[in-house]
Amino acid sequence: MATYDFIFDGLGLRNWCGSSADDGGMTSMAQLLAQTSGGDVEVSPWETPFPSMDALHDACPSFPQSRELTSGLEQGFLAIKDSLKVVVDPLTQPLSWALNEALWVMQAVPWFVMIPLLMLVAWAVSRQMKLVGLVVICFGFLGFVDYYTYTMQTLAIIFVCAVTCVLLGVPIGIAMSRSDRVQRIMIPILDMLQTLPPFVYLIPLIFLFSVTEPKLYGIAIILYAIVPVVRLTDLGIRLVDPDVIEAADAFGMTKRQKLFNVQIPLALPNIMAGVNQTIMMSLAMVVIASLVSAPGLGVLVLRGIRSLELGVGLLSGLGIVLLAIILDRVTKAALARINVSQSR
Amino acid sequence: MTDTEIKISIRSLYKVFGDDPLPALQYVKGGLSKADLLETHNHVLGLNDINVDVPAGKTTVIMGLSGSGKSTLIRHLNRLIEPTAGEVLVNGDNILDYSEAQLRELRKHTMSMVFQKFALLPHRTVLQNAGLAPSVGGQKERQYADEARKWLDRVGLQGQGEQYPHQMSGGMQQRVGIARALTSNSDIMLMDEAFSALDPLIRTDMQGLLIELQAELQKTVVFITHDLDEALKLADHLVILKDGSVVQQGEPQYILLNPATPYIKDFVSDINRARVLRVRSVMTKAPDATGERAGEIDHDDTLESVIALSEGDTSLSYRVMKDGKLVGVLDMRKLVRALVPVEQSDDPENARLSG
Ligand SMILES: Nc1ncnc2c1ncn2[C@@H]1O[C@H](COP(=O)(O)OP(=O)(O)OP(=O)(O)O)[C@@H](O)[C@H]1O
Ligand SMILES: [Mg+2]
Repeated sequence: MATYDFIFDGLGLRNWCGSSADDGGMTSMAQLLAQTSGGDVEVSPWETPFPSMDALHDACPSFPQSRELTSGLEQGFLAIKDSLKVVVDPLTQPLSWALNEALWVMQAVPWFVMIPLLMLVAWAVSRQMKLVGLVVICFGFLGFVDYYTYTMQTLAIIFVCAVTCVLLGVPIGIAMSRSDRVQRIMIPILDMLQTLPPFVYLIPLIFLFSVTEPKLYGIAIILYAIVPVVRLTDLGIRLVDPDVIEAADAFGMTKRQKLFNVQIPLALPNIMAGVNQTIMMSLAMVVIASLVSAPGLGVLVLRGIRSLELGVGLLSGLGIVLLAIILDRVTKAALARINVSQSR
Repeated sequence: MTDTEIKISIRSLYKVFGDDPLPALQYVKGGLSKADLLETHNHVLGLNDINVDVPAGKTTVIMGLSGSGKSTLIRHLNRLIEPTAGEVLVNGDNILDYSEAQLRELRKHTMSMVFQKFALLPHRTVLQNAGLAPSVGGQKERQYADEARKWLDRVGLQGQGEQYPHQMSGGMQQRVGIARALTSNSDIMLMDEAFSALDPLIRTDMQGLLIELQAELQKTVVFITHDLDEALKLADHLVILKDGSVVQQGEPQYILLNPATPYIKDFVSDINRARVLRVRSVMTKAPDATGERAGEIDHDDTLESVIALSEGDTSLSYRVMKDGKLVGVLDMRKLVRALVPVEQSDDPENARLSG
């Protein structure tokens, strides 16, 4: 009847399968088609189906269909969801709190205080008048076209997420650099985080948290953006000149002194390169995260797509580009300053 | 030299590099050579039964070709490398029994090290680099600044404390390296090919600096080099390594005149003997010599200076003085004979070796 009957017959599993292939329950599309076209049609060898779950189900009704696998996964996730929440919820609550606070502060501070403040930060980090000018022009423009609030929201989210990434990522990177075993365990995880399409992060998170909680998008952004800072911290520390490490040992430094006085300062250019990447990736993710209620410029992009408002989409896209340029230039300038002070 | 105090004593030290060094060590003790050990057991013989006494207040030079185990040996003295077997006694204590904390104290206060590639901290100023040892000990910059500045001045880096290492030339960076070692006020200074990365003129300067500092401070210096001229210039005690074993050690002049193996004979055949050999090594001891002499020379003069003095006249002979007292006589003919690497008696063998 079905192509793979012989497997179950051959293995003597016919009884386990049940007598006939159409004992109600779920039916596959192929079966429906076969039924409508009237009874069994002999399949030519050329069209032999791949031995997939559905094809095997045709031969043996007890064999699960593929959609039972996906629904099984879902059931499984829902089953552990509550116990997972008990652990994850309190751990991530500070993130919600920080995001809410940051969003509130960035919007509560009036623009004529905020923009000079941002100029000051740009100056402190880069020591370049050029970049301060760039900050004024970009934020001036975004404010002028009435996107000031959205920009501040995006900035607040990036700030919180990037800081969290650094706080978590640098210690993880240090642990990786100190132990080959930790590195072996972490690398596949980082590879996975890096290659997973960003939308996929959102799916289990939506089940886990309610969409109204800021930590939902916070976690998605952090998972996506933490990878470079971890990788580059590990790399940076492993690349520190072994001669210098040997000198540190020869003068009696403890492990701790070595870490804080030699390894981290010498790895700083690499760590900062990682921070730069992390910030840029947070910005990319913050747009996607607006699908799950992250406020900011991403919401405007989404509006542009949903209601086909071309102008809104383009202008908010430009806003994101401007923000990206500022963040990139300022962090790169900081990186360049570190490099100058310790190049040899 | 037997009556001088011994600062560091290395006793039957072995080092085998590899995954499972202890069984491999048994083969080495059984007489397996470095090449055979690598071939049959895939372990590298780093050091093979080293016994060296390092005299206090003197410069001990360890010399050997690349891969002979010099760096490995010097790193055992402050336990940057753990031995496979043996003892290292510093001031009579076996440092292999030390705990981590004791070891750090040893490295902070008793031994300092100068590196071939300088190994300065690039993110710290020259002054902060020079003060590394006190800063590791927890002192603030203003506490150690005076001491560090004093030693920077002493090595010729007046007023450059605020610079960063990358702003300096190699020679200057190595001066910082030496100042860093001196600032720790340790008795022992380990120098691993400290001058090998410098160009010849700077290198001569630095050797001069080290000799001056030694005359003034009398540290126990262990100096590593692969350059025989440098070794002979600096050494009070010379140790020659080959494939992880000591082939000969002793007073450099003595080794030069009495090479123990053909390997060393080969090694010393290329140097300018007139410049290296001293009158005391070739004179005839005769505290009460009489007779007509062409003049007086000091026991520590080089043969080169005596040849200049005699204007090449081989018929002369000189009275040799030490601290104003007569200690012997030097016949110019004997001097000339000492300039030829090996004595007449084993001439055929020499011809074969150098040919
Ligand atoms: N960590 C290690 N693992 C395995 N073998 C090693 C290790 N360190 C050194 N060796 C081997 O030990 C031997 C001595 O090395 P060492 O570095 O002490 O030589 P060296 O005399 O300092 O040479 P160079 O003049 O090139 O610095 C070499 O054969 C080297 O390959
Ligand atoms: Mg070496």
